[in-house]
Amino acid sequence: MKYIGEFIFLLVIWVLLTWSLEPAQLIVGAVVSIIIIGLVGDVFLMQPQRAFNPRRVFWFIVYIPFLLWYILLANLDVAYRVIHPNLPIRPGIVKIKTTLKTPMAKTFLANSITLTPGTLTVDIIDNVLYVHWIFVKGKDMEDWTKAIIGRFEPILRRIFE
Amino acid sequence: MFWHTLGYIIIVIGVLFDLLGCIGLVRLPDVYNRLQAATKCVTLGTAFLLFGVFLIFGFSSTGIKSLLCAIFVLIASPTGAHALARGSHKGGVKLWDGSVIDLYAEDTLSDKNKGD
Repeated sequence: MKYIGEFIFLLVIWVLLTWSLEPAQLIVGAVVSIIIIGLVGDVFLMQPQRAFNPRRVFWFIVYIPFLLWYILLANLDVAYRVIHPNLPIRPGIVKIKTTLKTPMAKTFLANSITLTPGTLTVDIIDNVLYVHWIFVKGKDMEDWTKAIIGRFEPILRRIFE
Repeated sequence: MFWHTLGYIIIVIGVLFDLLGCIGLVRLPDVYNRLQAATKCVTLGTAFLLFGVFLIFGFSSTGIKSLLCAIFVLIASPTGAHALARGSHKGGVKLWDGSVIDLYAEDTLSDKNKGD
């Protein structure tokens, strides 16, 4: 069941990429999809049935513009620091704790952190994330956790857990 | 015509962000800060460029391809930056002298000491 879902997903992407429905293209696409599933099919989607839960889909759709907004802010932030003659940076690696549990949610959290203002995930060990921050504010783990992932965690929990 | 104009405007914005990202690569002091510039400005700049191409070509072969590439860049770029940052830290690349804190080094070093 899981592999059939992955196969259809990959084949749809193939059709979108080649933009043709000729049988020859479809056969090549099917072969490529099967090869990809054979190589990395295990790690692809942990629980595919969750992808069809309407509540999760709804929150995912809410999450995308939310994330895009913070990506835009991140860009203006970095642009400001880069252009400013004094280079106002105060970098450091801090650690934060997440309460998210599934690997998928952690992956999305790490990628969201990297794309948002001034932060870059360096490593994840269990539920601790090490984050490189271009301008460290606050003193302890609670401050950092709140400042960096406070706004993402609730939504990601609704999507993935 | 409207979509064409909008597409060109978005491409210009994307190129500007790419330029800022490259200035950041030159100006910022160490590999981690440079990765910040590379992942943020260059990711959004490139995604904007590809989205502009999509607006100009619409739902055709070229447009859909550039849209898929934009999504791929948005997913792959932070993952790549994460791998680079982790790899360079494990490889012993020091943080810039002006850095205020490095808990990752503390924790991984104390782990090593425990191992000894």
